[in-house]
Amino acid sequence: MSAIEICNLSKTYRVSRKKEGLWAAVRGLLRPEYEVIHAVRSISLTVERGEFVAFLGPNGAGKTTTLKLLSGIITPTAGTATVLGHVPWKRENSYRRRFALVMGQKNQLWWDLPAAESFRLHQQIYQIPPDQFTRTRDELTEMLGVRHLIHRPVRELSLGERMKMELIAALLHSPEVLFLDEPTIGLDVVAQYTIQQFLREYQAKKKTTVILTSHYMKDVAALCRRVVVIFDGRIIYDGSLSSLVDHLGAYKIITIRFANGTPAGDLGRFGQVILREPPRIKLRVPRTEATEIVRAILAQYTAEDVSVEDPPLEELIATLFTSAHRTGEESLVPSPLHSLDE
Amino acid sequence: MSTVPFDINTFSRRILGRCRLWGTILRISIQERIVYRGDFMLGTLMRFLPIVTQMFLWAAVFAAVPGNSGGETRIVGYRYQDMVAYYLLTMLSRAFSSMPGLASGITREIREGGIKKFLIQPIGLLEFLFFYRVAHKLVYYSIAAVPFAIVFYLCRGFFLHTPHGWEWAAYVASLIMAFLLGFFLEATIGLLGFWFLEVSSLLFIYMLLSFFFSGHMFPIDMLPQPFYTIVRMIPLQYLAYFPSAVFLGKVRGEELVMGLLIQAAWVVTFMVLAKLTLQRGLKRYSGFGG
Repeated sequence: MSAIEICNLSKTYRVSRKKEGLWAAVRGLLRPEYEVIHAVRSISLTVERGEFVAFLGPNGAGKTTTLKLLSGIITPTAGTATVLGHVPWKRENSYRRRFALVMGQKNQLWWDLPAAESFRLHQQIYQIPPDQFTRTRDELTEMLGVRHLIHRPVRELSLGERMKMELIAALLHSPEVLFLDEPTIGLDVVAQYTIQQFLREYQAKKKTTVILTSHYMKDVAALCRRVVVIFDGRIIYDGSLSSLVDHLGAYKIITIRFANGTPAGDLGRFGQVILREPPRIKLRVPRTEATEIVRAILAQYTAEDVSVEDPPLEELIATLFTSAHRTGEESLVPSPLHSLDE
Repeated sequence: MSTVPFDINTFSRRILGRCRLWGTILRISIQERIVYRGDFMLGTLMRFLPIVTQMFLWAAVFAAVPGNSGGETRIVGYRYQDMVAYYLLTMLSRAFSSMPGLASGITREIREGGIKKFLIQPIGLLEFLFFYRVAHKLVYYSIAAVPFAIVFYLCRGFFLHTPHGWEWAAYVASLIMAFLLGFFLEATIGLLGFWFLEVSSLLFIYMLLSFFFSGHMFPIDMLPQPFYTIVRMIPLQYLAYFPSAVFLGKVRGEELVMGLLIQAAWVVTFMVLAKLTLQRGLKRYSGFGG
């Protein structure tokens, strides 16, 4: 059985439209004008148990709305969804004991008390048997290396340490499904990396079904094999990260370190020079011609080192969103790609 | 869940689990509140200041009443001593029924999204807030007990009537119900934050009405008819006036029993109202977009 099944799920909000100016404000009071916002437009998605899926998309694309729907915070306008066989927005306790939602920007711990106390409260809220509670807590604090910090008031912890405590609190009841909304937002590289490693290790061990939204492509690349790109409330791509890169990466980056300084002559004829740092040169070339060009360069110059890479993921995703914006429709990614990995 | 047959073991385990949860909320909240004990200490001291002004004010009023002969002058049945005793007792009632920060706290949680926690986790908002408030009060009483005891001891001469026997039980019951009523009443106001993002002006009106009609400013039986009858029909008097009146022996016998029953009825009413408001509010909240 699939862990998550979403079928034609839609969420529409009505927000009042405020115009500038006093007169408009008065008129707005008398006859309010509303604007309809389609946060999620009829999305369908199936996630199997034990999958680690990333939701990608620009701000306001509908990622968080989808997570809110799946955790029962909001009710949909249309469509259905089940998580572990439960309809989330019925908010049954039997469902609420089986999942967790971690929001990177929301703090759930008691600010003035040590995290250990918040953990105790979670033990009672989720009715975790004492021995299981102690075992899980010690295991998680060990994995994240924060065992010595659980008796220190949360307000005295660093942002990264606090996030680790948040994660522990959310995982104490061993949820079968975990929703992570920007779990590494605002963290430094080291903390980001630790949390990434932890999530990877934890998921591999517990086979938890995880959906993650993140702006850090490193998180996504390190953790998720499957990527769902959401844009303007629609799923515009669902498949592996590697085929997304293949599809989008119309360019390759060639880095050459020349043996005797930068050679004379115009390298621009091979491709677009994006970095000139003698003796190193970076070229952007069309993907299909990459091998051809490397061969041509090597035939003319002596190189110490040559590498051919995909452009950075951030850049690719940015291209994806800007072109999605231009076309405005789902036509961006040709449909065969949807089923590339199935 | 309806297909599960009733099982006394599961049931008692569930009850036990619930009690443990409540105990934990209480314990943790007490720990948290203790962090703010300094703030409490100061707050308690400030509470006694107005009473001194009241004593001077009423002393002047009583002195000005014509036909003054010693301490036996009465204003609408109150002697000077009764008046001071009344104010001291009202202060005590309000230590039970006032809920600083409850309504505004709920609205803030709604506005800033902290309320989501109660949608995701298997725990009720009112349940949590209730035990949090009990903890808040317990910490407050433990700190305020000493100054309260000193003031009451110093002012013992003003108490011309003290309860005995069953009156004590009735007094304690009315105080506990004053706490419950205060909690559910203010929680209901706070939950209106689901509809109005800001309830501070509503809260201000409530505070103002409460100041007059709970008996905080003066004993409500001083009001002329028909105001007295009207005030007796609204629940605010049970927050301050009623417990004090019970202590002073102003309500007795059948009237006392009826008073306690009506107070209990108001508690239940606002309990239900708070629950309904929360339910409808959450429905609106989740429909609107969280």
